[in-house]
Amino acid sequence: MFDRRLLTNFDWVLVLIVLLLATAGVVNLYSATSSEAVHSPFYLKQLTWIGVGLVIALGVSLFDYRHLQYASFYLYAINLLLLLFVLVAGENRMGATRWIRLGFMNMQPSELMKIVIIIALAYYLSERSSLFGFSLLELTIPLALIGVPVVMIMKQPDLGTALMVVFIGGTMGMFAGIKKPALIFLGGSGGLLAVGGWFLLHAYQKRRIMTFLNPELDPLGAGYHIIQSKIAVGSGGFWGRGYMHGTQSQLSFLPERHTDFAFSVFAEEWGFSGSFLLLVLYLLLILWGIYIARVAADPFGMFLAVGVTAMLFWHIVVNLAMVIGLLPVVGVPLPLFSYGGTSMVTTMLGVGVLLNVSMRRFVF
Amino acid sequence: MKLKPGWAELPVFRRRFIYLSIFAAVVFLLLILRLWYLQGVRSEYYQQLAEKNRSRFLPVEAPRGYVYDRNGNLLLDNRPAFDIVALRQEVEDPERLFAQLAPLLDVPVPLLRERWVRGKKQPRYQPVLLAGDVNRDCVDRVQENSVHLPGVLVEVKPLRAYPYGELASHLFGYLGMISEQELRSAAFVGYRPDALVGRAGLEREFESYLRGIDGERRVEVDVRGRELRILNLVTPVPGNKVFMTIRRDVQQVAEDAFGDQSGAIVALDVRNGEILALASRPPYGPASFARGINTEEWQTLLNNPRHPMQDKALRGQYPPGSTFKPVTALAALQSGSVNADFSVDCKGSFELGPAAYRCWKKEGHGPTDLKKAMRESCDVWFYQAGVATGIDQLAKMAFALGLGKELGFSLDTERSGLIPTQQWKKRRFNDRWYDGETVIAAIGQGYVLTTPLQLAVMTAAIANGGKVWRPRAVNRVESLDGETLFATEPEMLIDTALDPRALKAVQQGMEAVVNESGGTGWAARLAGIRVAGKTGTAQVVRRKSDEEEERSQGEEIPYQFRDHALFIAYAPAQNPEIAVAVVVEHGEHGSSAAAPIVRAVLASYFDSADSKPERKR
Repeated sequence: MFDRRLLTNFDWVLVLIVLLLATAGVVNLYSATSSEAVHSPFYLKQLTWIGVGLVIALGVSLFDYRHLQYASFYLYAINLLLLLFVLVAGENRMGATRWIRLGFMNMQPSELMKIVIIIALAYYLSERSSLFGFSLLELTIPLALIGVPVVMIMKQPDLGTALMVVFIGGTMGMFAGIKKPALIFLGGSGGLLAVGGWFLLHAYQKRRIMTFLNPELDPLGAGYHIIQSKIAVGSGGFWGRGYMHGTQSQLSFLPERHTDFAFSVFAEEWGFSGSFLLLVLYLLLILWGIYIARVAADPFGMFLAVGVTAMLFWHIVVNLAMVIGLLPVVGVPLPLFSYGGTSMVTTMLGVGVLLNVSMRRFVF
Repeated sequence: MKLKPGWAELPVFRRRFIYLSIFAAVVFLLLILRLWYLQGVRSEYYQQLAEKNRSRFLPVEAPRGYVYDRNGNLLLDNRPAFDIVALRQEVEDPERLFAQLAPLLDVPVPLLRERWVRGKKQPRYQPVLLAGDVNRDCVDRVQENSVHLPGVLVEVKPLRAYPYGELASHLFGYLGMISEQELRSAAFVGYRPDALVGRAGLEREFESYLRGIDGERRVEVDVRGRELRILNLVTPVPGNKVFMTIRRDVQQVAEDAFGDQSGAIVALDVRNGEILALASRPPYGPASFARGINTEEWQTLLNNPRHPMQDKALRGQYPPGSTFKPVTALAALQSGSVNADFSVDCKGSFELGPAAYRCWKKEGHGPTDLKKAMRESCDVWFYQAGVATGIDQLAKMAFALGLGKELGFSLDTERSGLIPTQQWKKRRFNDRWYDGETVIAAIGQGYVLTTPLQLAVMTAAIANGGKVWRPRAVNRVESLDGETLFATEPEMLIDTALDPRALKAVQQGMEAVVNESGGTGWAARLAGIRVAGKTGTAQVVRRKSDEEEERSQGEEIPYQFRDHALFIAYAPAQNPEIAVAVVVEHGEHGSSAAAPIVRAVLASYFDSADSKPERKR
C-alpha cells in the first residue's frame, strides 16, 4: 500500500526550513525567558511541542490528502459545534473564552478552524473552480463557510484569529478567481463592514487600534506594547546587542516577549543582520509553499497548499508588522517561533498538509 | 466545470502563482525596509530610549542636619518614614487598586483617587504618593499583599523627627513643602518639587546649613519598577549639625511649668546674651508639619484663640507693668531727679492736678522708700519719681536697657515693643505729652509695650551692670567632620555706664522682692541661691472705677479680660548668670502665676548647671 515514491518525493526542503525556524525560535525563547524563574523552562516545553508538532506533521503527511475531501464536511461541522460549545461552556481566561478543557490539555477550537476552513474551502473551490472566476452568487457558500465561524470567533472574542480566518479564506478565494463586479462588491461591503464593525469592537480592541494610529496617546497603557517593542527592535541596531544581552527583553520591558513579541527579542539581540536572515527564511517558506501548490497533483491539493501557505503568510506578516509597529496589536503569534503549543500544533498541521500535497505531486 | 489535468500549467494559473509570489516578496520587502528603518536609520534614537527604559534616576533625599543643645543633647533628628507609592506604568486598573488599598492603608478611596490624579502631573517615572509616613503595621499589611498589588511599593525616606515632641517648637520652626514660586527663585536652585524647606525659626534661618545634599541612585529596573541592581550611587550628604545655646533640661522645665497657661518665657545668660530657654505657649506640633499639614489642621492652629503659631516671646507685645519699675527707678536716680533716699507717704493714690492715680493697694503703703517701693511694688513712689524724671529720661533709660527696639535675634522676626517719648507722641498723635501719661508710663502701663525677650534682655542688663547683649540661640554650626562652619560671638549692643549707687539700690530692691518678708516675689525664692526679681501685672483692659470693682466683686472675670502676670528675675544676685522673663497671659498676678515658673526655671538651671549630655550622636 505504501508507495515507495512517497519517500523519494519527501519534501526535505520544507522540513529543513521548518526545523531551522523552530530551532531559531527555541534559541530565542531560551534568552527571552532566561530571567523568569519557572520550574519547567519555556524552551524545554517548546522543544516538546516541536516534537509533538513534527509527529503530527508526519502523521498528517502519511495518509493521502484526497481523503480529506470526503471528511471536509464533517470536520467543518464538528468544528462549528466545538466553537458553539466554547461560547456556551468554554473556559474563560483573561477576559476571553477560547478554550475547552480536555484532561491533559486545553483545546482552542478557533485555532483548529484555521486548518478546517482551508480544507473546506479547498474542497469547495476545487469542485467549483473554473477559469472564469466566481460570480457573487457562486460565492455565497464560501462566504457563509467563512462568515459563520468568524462571527463565532469574534464573539469569544478573538479578533486576531477571526481576522486570520478571513485572510486565509480571502486569499484562497482571490486565488480561485473572482469576477470583477463581485470583487468590487465584496471590497465595498468589506469596507462598510469594517466601519460598522468598529462599533462592535470591544473597548480594548478599539483602544489598540487607536493607539496603533498614535501610540503616544497612551504610552503606558495600550500604546505600551508598540512603543516597547519598537524600542527593543530599534535598539538592536545592525548587529544586535548579542545573544542573551538584549536589555529590553532581559529586563522585562517587553511584554509577552516569549509569545507574540518573541521576534522583538530576536531583533534586539541579533540586530538587522539576524532579522534579515530570519525574514528571508520565512519568505523561503512561503515561496516554497507556493511552489508546492503549483506542482500539486490536483486542484484540491493546490487549494490546500495555497490555503496553508496563506495561513502561514498572514500569521508571519501580521505578527511581524505588529511587532515593528506597522499594524495594531492583534494577538497573532509568529508561526514556529513564538512560544505556545496551540500555535505549534496548528502550524504543524499545516506543514503536514503541505508535506502531504508535496510528496504526492506525482502520484497520478 | 471541473478543472482538467494540466490545469496548473494554464496561463491563468501560472499568472496567479507569479502574482502570489510577487505579492509575498513585496510584503516581505516592506517588512525588511521597516526593519531597516528601525534598526538602521533610527537605531541610535531607540538605543537612547532603551537606556532610559532600563535605568532610572532616583533622588535620594538627604537627612536634614541634627540639632543639639548647648551640652550636646540631641534635640532634632530624623527618622525613617515609610511612604506607600504606586508606579503609574504598572498599575493597570487604578480603581481596583484603590479599592484594594483603602482598607490596608485606612485611607478612603476618594482620597486615594485624588492623590493619584495629583501624581499624574508629575513626570511619569516618579512614583505617585498614595499614603505618606504610614506606620509599621500598614507597611506590613501592604507587603503581605504585595502580590496582589502590582506597582505598589514601600519607599523609605528620612523625615524630621522631634524626640521631645513640642519642645521649643517656636525656636525650631517647622518644615513645609516648597512653593512653586520658591522653586523658581535663585535661592532654591537644586531643590526638588516635593522638597521640604524650613518655614520658620531655626529651620528657615539655617536652611542652607541644615539642608543636606540629595543623593542620586541610578538603578536598573525591570518593567515592574523592581530594582534589579544599582548602576550608580551618589550617597546623600546629611545636613550640618547645629548647636544651639539652649539647655534642653531648662527649656523642658520652662515649658512644663506653664501647664495649660499661655504666654512666653525667655531665659538667657546675662554675661553674653546666649538664650538658655525660650518658649511660647501654647506650642504647636512641628511633627505634623514635617509630613505636610492638611488644611483642616492648619485652620485649627490659626483659629486657636491662644495663637499657638505666634512666637509670643518675640512678637507678643505686653505692657510690662511693674516689671518696668526698675527702669523707672534707675532713670530717676541716674538723672538725679530723686536721690537714693527719696521716700513717699503712700496713701493709696497719687494726685496730679485734678486726676488721682491709684496705688494697687487701696489702703496705701505708708512711708515708702525705694527698697520698700520695689519690694511691695508701691505705685505711688514710682508715680512721683516718674513725673519728677520726665518721660524722655524714662525712655532714655528704657532704650539703654534694650527696650523699644528689635534686638537682632537671628531666628525670627521680633516686634519692637514701644517706649513712648514726647517726640513720638507728637509724631504719632500730633499732640503734646501730658504728665499724666508719664505717671502711668512709670509703672509700665499706658503706651509702654515690651516683648518677653526684651524684658529678659533688660533684666540681664540690670544684672550685669548695663550691658545689652544681642540675644543668640545658635552657638555654632559644625560639619559632619566637626569643622566649624559658622559660629556666633557675644555681641554687645549697648553698654550703658550706670551710676553704681543707683544700680545697687535697684538691685537691692529686686533682691528684697524675692527674699524679704512682704516681697511680692516670695514665690521665686530658691534655697541656696539668692534670686533678685520683680513682679508685674499688666492690665488688659482699662482699670475699673471703684464702683464697678465693687459691683463685680466675687464675680469671676472672663479669661480674655484678666490681667497678664509677669515676672523678671536674675540669679545669683551677687554674681548673676541667668536672667529670666515670664509673661503668663491672663494669669492675673505676677506673684502667684509667673514667679513659680521663674523659680522652676532657675531651680533647673542651678540644679545641674554643668549637666553633661544625656545622649550624643
